[in-house]
Amino acid sequence: MSNNTNFEHIAPEKFAFVQMDSRLHDQKLETKSRSFFADAMLRFRKNKSSVIAAWILLFLILFSLLSPVLSPYSVNDKDKMYVNYPAYIPSIAEKGWGILDGARTYTSQNDNSLLYWRGIAEETGMEPVLGVVNTYVTTVLQRGQEVERYTYDLSINRYFAQGIMYWVFTYDEFAKIQEWQNETGIQVIYPYVESSDIQGITDNPNLWYEVDSNGTAVLDSDGNFIPVYSTNKSLEGAEYNSIRIEGDDGSYIYSAAKSGAVQCRICYYNYYQYLNGMEPTYLFGTTNLGQDLFCAVGAGARFSLIFAVAVSVINLFIGAVYGAIQGYYGGYVDMFMDRIVDILSGVPFIVVTTLFQLHLAQKVGVLGSFLFAFVLTGWISMASLTRKQFYRFKGQEFVMAARTLGASDSRLMFKHIFPNAIGTIITSCALVVPNVIRSETTITYLGIVDLSSYVGTTIGTLLSQGNAAVTTAPHTLLWPSLFLGLLMISFNLFGNGLRDAFNPSTRGVED
Amino acid sequence: MLKYTLQRILYMLLVLFIITLMCFVLIRMLPQTVLPAGDPHTAIVEARREALGYNKPYLVQFGIFMKNVLTKFDWGVSEVLYFGQDVLTVFLDKLPATVIVNLYSIIFTIPIGIGLGVFAALKKNTWIDYLISTLTMVVISVPSFVYAFVIQYVFCYKLQWFPFLMKSGTDWFSPSMIWSMIPAVMSLGFGVIAGFTRTTRAELTEVLTSEFMLLARTKGLTKAQATIRHALRNCFVVIVPSIFGEFVGILGGSLIIERIFSIPGVGSLTINAINGQDYPMFMLTTVFYTAVGLAAGLVVDISYGFIDPRIRMGSKK
Repeated sequence: MSNNTNFEHIAPEKFAFVQMDSRLHDQKLETKSRSFFADAMLRFRKNKSSVIAAWILLFLILFSLLSPVLSPYSVNDKDKMYVNYPAYIPSIAEKGWGILDGARTYTSQNDNSLLYWRGIAEETGMEPVLGVVNTYVTTVLQRGQEVERYTYDLSINRYFAQGIMYWVFTYDEFAKIQEWQNETGIQVIYPYVESSDIQGITDNPNLWYEVDSNGTAVLDSDGNFIPVYSTNKSLEGAEYNSIRIEGDDGSYIYSAAKSGAVQCRICYYNYYQYLNGMEPTYLFGTTNLGQDLFCAVGAGARFSLIFAVAVSVINLFIGAVYGAIQGYYGGYVDMFMDRIVDILSGVPFIVVTTLFQLHLAQKVGVLGSFLFAFVLTGWISMASLTRKQFYRFKGQEFVMAARTLGASDSRLMFKHIFPNAIGTIITSCALVVPNVIRSETTITYLGIVDLSSYVGTTIGTLLSQGNAAVTTAPHTLLWPSLFLGLLMISFNLFGNGLRDAFNPSTRGVED
Repeated sequence: MLKYTLQRILYMLLVLFIITLMCFVLIRMLPQTVLPAGDPHTAIVEARREALGYNKPYLVQFGIFMKNVLTKFDWGVSEVLYFGQDVLTVFLDKLPATVIVNLYSIIFTIPIGIGLGVFAALKKNTWIDYLISTLTMVVISVPSFVYAFVIQYVFCYKLQWFPFLMKSGTDWFSPSMIWSMIPAVMSLGFGVIAGFTRTTRAELTEVLTSEFMLLARTKGLTKAQATIRHALRNCFVVIVPSIFGEFVGILGGSLIIERIFSIPGVGSLTINAINGQDYPMFMLTTVFYTAVGLAAGLVVDISYGFIDPRIRMGSKK
C-alpha cells in the first residue's frame, strides 16, 4: 500500500502525455452555423405575404427612381393645352387596341357633332372619332311628322379632337415654323379663315367651311364641305412659303396681321411636335397643370419615400437617445421627461405643421419647416419603445457585471443595453415610414404645405388636383391613389413580416 | 378611484393649459392680419385688438385672453373668414355637421367591427379568418381618403346612387340629408370597422385559449354560452374603452373627408382658418382639437380603471 500512497516523489519519467497528438475539441457542428440575421431572413422568407409585399415595395421604389429616365418629360414640363388629358401613346394608339389612345367618351352627340368631327378629320388628316359606343334613337314630332333623331355616345381621341387653334406668333417664329415644316413635311399652319365668312363665329377655329348661323356645316350637293379659306391678301400678316393644303392654288393666305405679330390657325398636335420634337406621349395621361402624370407620380413618390426615410432616421436617433436616458435613469428623470412627452404629444399634428410653416418657412424654407414639424413629435413613439426595452434590460446580470467592472453610464447605455434593444427598434422603423407618408400626403392634400416649387409635385398635391377633376379625368385620381394604396399595404405587410422575423416572440401580437 | 379620476382630470387640464399658452404665444407672435381699409367692421376689429392688449407683453395678452374665455366665453372675433363675427358662434354652427356625420359612422361601424372580429376569432385559422384578417390589414393600411375617392367615383358619379357632395342645410335628420351623408359615413367607417375587427379578434383569440374557457365548457356550458358569458365579457375590457375613445374622437372628425365631401364642419373651418390666416379662429380650433385629443385619451384610461380593477392599481403609466 505504501507504494500507492507515495505520490510526492514520482519520477518525471513515469509521466506520459496522454493526448499530445490527438486534438482536443468539441465535436464539430454537423450543420452550418447561422447568424441572427440569416435566421431572421429565413423566418421572413417563410412569410409569403411579406415576401410579396417586399417585391411590390421594391417595384414601387424602382418605379419612383426610374420614372424620370423612362418618361420623355420632366416634372417641370407643363403643357398649356394638354390639361387633364387621358393616357396616349401614338404607336400603341395606331394599333387600335382600345388602350392608350387618348379616348374619352363624349355623350349626347348628334349628327351635327359628327359633321364637326368630320371637318377636323378632313382638314388635319387626323380622325378624332375612334368609335361609336352607344346609339340612341328618339322619335320627335317635327311639323306634324314623326322624325327619327339619333344621338350617340362617341369615343373620341382628345388629342386629335382639339384640331386647329388660333395662335399668335412673332415674325421670326412664324418663319422658323415654316422652315421646320419644309424640313419635316408636317404641317402646323393652316390657311386663315375670316370670321365674316363663317357667320361671324370667332371662338371656333375648327370651322373652315361654309356654316349656317348655328355653326353647323352647310354641305354641297355631293355631301362635301365648301371651303371658305381667305384669299384676302390685304389681311395677310407675313409671307408664307411652305407646305400648302390640297386644293390651294397659291391664293390662300396663312396668317393675319395682328399688331406687330401674326395670327394663324395652327394644328396644335403638330405644333406640339414642332416644340418638343415628338408626338405627345403620356403613359398615365396628364395632370391639371399639363405635367406628365407618370413623371409626376414618380417625382411625388420619390419625395415621399426619401422624406419618410429621412424623418424616420432622425426620429429614430432622437427617440433612441431620449428613451435611453428615460429608461436608464428612471425615477424623477423619467417622470419629468414623461411630462414633456405628454405636452408635446398633446398638440395636434396639423397645428404643429401650421405653426412651423408660418414661423419658420421664411427662415429655413418650406421643406425645412415641414421636416421640423415631423421631427418635433415624431420621435415620441420611438422614445417610449426604447424606454420599455431599457426597463427590460437594465436590471439584468450582464449590466450589473459591466457596472462592477467600472463601465460608465453612457457605455452601459449604448454599448451594453442598446444593442439588445436595437432589433425591436429598427424593425418598428419599417412601420413608422408608412405613417410618415400618410401624414405627409394628408397635409399636402389639404394644401397646408405646398411643396410644388421644391419637388415639382407630391402625391398629396396630385390627389387634390385629381379630386377636383374626378368626373372629367378620373385617371388623374386613379394613379396617385393606386400608388399610395399599394405603397401603404406593402409597407405595412413588409414591416409586420420584418418585425415577426426579428422578434419571433411577438409574432401575431398586433402593435 | 375618485381620487385617481380627479388627479387625471386636473393633470389633463394642466397639459391643456400649457399647450394653449404655447400655441397662443406662437400665434400672437405672427404678423397681424392686415384688415381691409374702409370696411365698417375694421374699426370694430381694431377696437377689439386694442382691448385684447395687442400692444402689451404676450403674458399680459394671454391673461386677458384667458379671462375673456373663462368669464365670458369670448374667443375673439374672426378677422378674415367671417369678418367681425364672434368665432365661438361660427364654430358652434359648424360643430353639428361634424358630430352627426361621425356619430352615424360610429353607430353603424362598431357592431359590424366587433361582429366581424368575433366571427374571425371563432373561425380561427380557417379561410374565413384569413380573409377577414387580410382585408382588415389592407383596410387599415390604406388611408381613408383613398376609399373616399373610390366611393365618390363609383357610387356618386358612375352609379349615381348618392349625391356628389353633402346636401347643404341644417335638417340633420331628414331622409335626403342622411342619404347624402352615406358616402362620407362609409369612407369614415371602413377604418373604424377594421380597427375594431382587429382588436376584437386579437383579444378574443387570446381569451378563448385560456383555462377558464376550458372549465366553462367542462362544467357543461355550450360553446355559445361560454363565449358570450365568459370570453366576450373579458375581451370587452379592451374594447369598451376604445369605444369610449372613439365617441370622444368623433368631435374631431376627419379634416380630409370633410374636404372631399364638402361637409360644412369643424374640419373645413380649420382648413379655411389656416389657409386664410384667420388667427382667432385658428386659436379656437387648436384648443378644441387639443382638448378632444386629450379627453379621448383620458376617457380611455379612466374607463379601463372602472372596468378592470386590476389595471387601476398600476394606473400610473
